Amino acid sequence: MYPRDVAISLDEVRRIARLAHLAFSPEEQERFTRQLSAILDHVRSLDRLDTSAVEPTAHAGSGMALRDDAILPPLDNEAALANAPEAERGLFKVPRVLG
Amino acid sequence: MSGAGASRPGGDEAIRAGAVALRERIAAGEITAGAAVDACLDRIGAVDGSIGAFVTVDADGARAAAARIDADRKAGRPLGPLAGVPVALKDILATAGLPTRCGSRILEPFVPPFDATLVARLRRAGAIVLGKTNMDEFAMGSSTENSAYQVTRNPWDPERVPGGSSGGSAAAVAADEASVSIGTDTGGSIRQPAALCGVVGMKPTYGRVSRFGLVAFASSLDQAGPFANSVADCAAVLQAIAGHDPSDSTSAAEPVPDYAAALGQGIRGLRIGVPREYFPDGLDAEVAASVRAGIELAKGLGASVREVSLPHTEYAIPTYYILATAEASSNLARFDGVRYGRRAAGTKDLASLYQATRGEGFGPEVKRRIMLGTYVLSSGYYDAYYLKGQRVRTLIRRDFDAAFGQVDALLTPTSPTTAFRIGEKVDDPLAMYLSDIFTVTVNLAGLPGLSLPCGISRAGLPIGLQIVGGRFAEATVLRLAAALEAEIGFRARRPRLPRTPSSRP
Repeated sequence: MYPRDVAISLDEVRRIARLAHLAFSPEEQERFTRQLSAILDHVRSLDRLDTSAVEPTAHAGSGMALRDDAILPPLDNEAALANAPEAERGLFKVPRVLG
Repeated sequence: MSGAGASRPGGDEAIRAGAVALRERIAAGEITAGAAVDACLDRIGAVDGSIGAFVTVDADGARAAAARIDADRKAGRPLGPLAGVPVALKDILATAGLPTRCGSRILEPFVPPFDATLVARLRRAGAIVLGKTNMDEFAMGSSTENSAYQVTRNPWDPERVPGGSSGGSAAAVAADEASVSIGTDTGGSIRQPAALCGVVGMKPTYGRVSRFGLVAFASSLDQAGPFANSVADCAAVLQAIAGHDPSDSTSAAEPVPDYAAALGQGIRGLRIGVPREYFPDGLDAEVAASVRAGIELAKGLGASVREVSLPHTEYAIPTYYILATAEASSNLARFDGVRYGRRAAGTKDLASLYQATRGEGFGPEVKRRIMLGTYVLSSGYYDAYYLKGQRVRTLIRRDFDAAFGQVDALLTPTSPTTAFRIGEKVDDPLAMYLSDIFTVTVNLAGLPGLSLPCGISRAGLPIGLQIVGGRFAEATVLRLAAALEAEIGFRARRPRLPRTPSSRP
C-alpha cells in the first residue's frame, strides 16, 4: 500500500512533529509542509524500481562484532551528572512526568 | 591565544611543508613542537577572523601537549608517528574537557567526559589538538551554513562556502591554520569540502575507523577521516586512526596495512573504471574537463582505463535522504534536555520540556531531517519509504560489486560544481542535497573514497576528483592518489588570504 497522495498535509506535519517531540511556530509548520512535500516528491522516484525480489541492506559493514559480556567500570556518577541541566542527590532532575 | 603579530621565522614554512615533513624535522631537532604549535596559533590569530574555521581554540592545551613532546625528544624517549603535528578536529568528535557542540545550540553547553577513540589514538601518536572546527549542525548540510555559531568562508574566495558539513576542518587545512584535520563523512561531508577547498580528504571504508565518541548522525553511513595538504599526510593520519576498537561493534577487525609503503608503488597495470553516470549532461564543463584530464594522466602512468556503469546512481540521493534521515531521527532522540546540553526554561511537565528544548535547540535543517526521518519510519509509511530505501541500497551496492569485478578503482568528479556562493542554496534544500550526488553512493555502499585537488577553474576555484576503491582497499586509493598528485602538482598553489586579526579573545 504505497501512499499515492504524497503531498503531505499540514495536519500530518503536526502529527509528525508530536511524534518527534518538536515544537513549531505556525509559520514553521507551513514552511515544513511545503518543503517536505517537495522532498517526498523527489523521493518517490524510487517508485520506478521494482524491488519486490531485492533484500534490504541495513548496514554496509560486515556485521556486528561480538565481545565477551564483561563488566567494566562505568562513568562515575559525578562525571555522568557534570553536564546535566539539573541534578539532585546523584540523579537527573526533570519536571513532573504526568501532567 | 597569542597576539595576531608577525609570524615567527620558519614556523609557517614548517607547517606548509606538511605533517610528515614536520614530524621528521621535530624528531631531528630542527624545530620544536612548541614552535610548530605557535606558528599555527599565530596563523589562526592572523587569518581566522576572516575564515571562521575554528569554533574553539585550545591554545593552552596545545602548548602543554607540545611541551610534553619537546621534553620527550630532549630526554631521548621515542616519539610517536605524528609527534608534534598540529591537528584540528571537527566539533562532532568528543574531546575530554573541551566543549563539543556539533554546530548546535542544543549542545550549548556540553563538555565530554572522554575522548573519542580516534582522538585518543591521535594523541597517542603525538598529534597536538589545536581546537575544534565549525560544521553544519549535526553534520547535516553541504556548505557549513547550517552552523548555529558562525559562517565559515572558503579560503580561495571569502564570498563562497567551504562546502560541508566538515567545512571548518577543510578550510583550516586549506588556510594552513593546521597541518591536518579530521572530518566526518555521511554523504560526502569530507570529500565535497575537500574538493571545494583544494585539499585532500578521505572517507575510509565503513568500519575502518572507530565511531566511538563521534556524535551519531546516520550510524550505518558515518565514517571519520583525514583532511591534509598531501596524500602522504592523509595516509599518515589514516594510519594513526584506523583499526578495530572494542568500543565500536561496527569497527572492523580487518588488519591495517602500511599505507605509506603503498604510496610510491606507481599505478602501472592498475585497472581504473570511469562510471558514465558520473558525467551527466548538466555537469559543470570545467569540472568535467579537469577530471577527464586527471583520467588521461592515469593512462599516461600506465593504468588501463575503461568505462563502467553504475546504473542506479540516479536513485542514490532519494535513497540516502530516506535512510540518513530515518537514522538521524532515531539518533537525535537523545537530545532531550535531561542528561546534557540545553534545557528550555519554564516548562511544566516532561513532554513539554522535550518539545520546547528540541524546538528551540535545533536549527531548521536538523528539524527538517528529523521530521522526514520520523515520517518515513512512521506507521503506514515504513514499507513504502524506509524498507524501499534499504532495498534500493542493495541495488546500489550491487552496482559497485559488479564494477569492482572489472576494475581496481573508480575515478569520478567529487562535486558537480566548484564552491558556490554563501546564501545561494540555503532556501532550497533539494538543490543543496544534489551537491552530494557523486559522493552519497560511496557511503551507501560503505566504500573508501578520496577527493584529490585536480585543477583550478577560471574563477580561481579548486576542482576535486574522487577516487573510489573496493572495501578496505584504502591502500589502492592512496596509491592512485599519490601517483596523480605528483603529476598534477596542485600543492604549489595556495589561496591568497587576507590577514585580518581574529575577533576571538
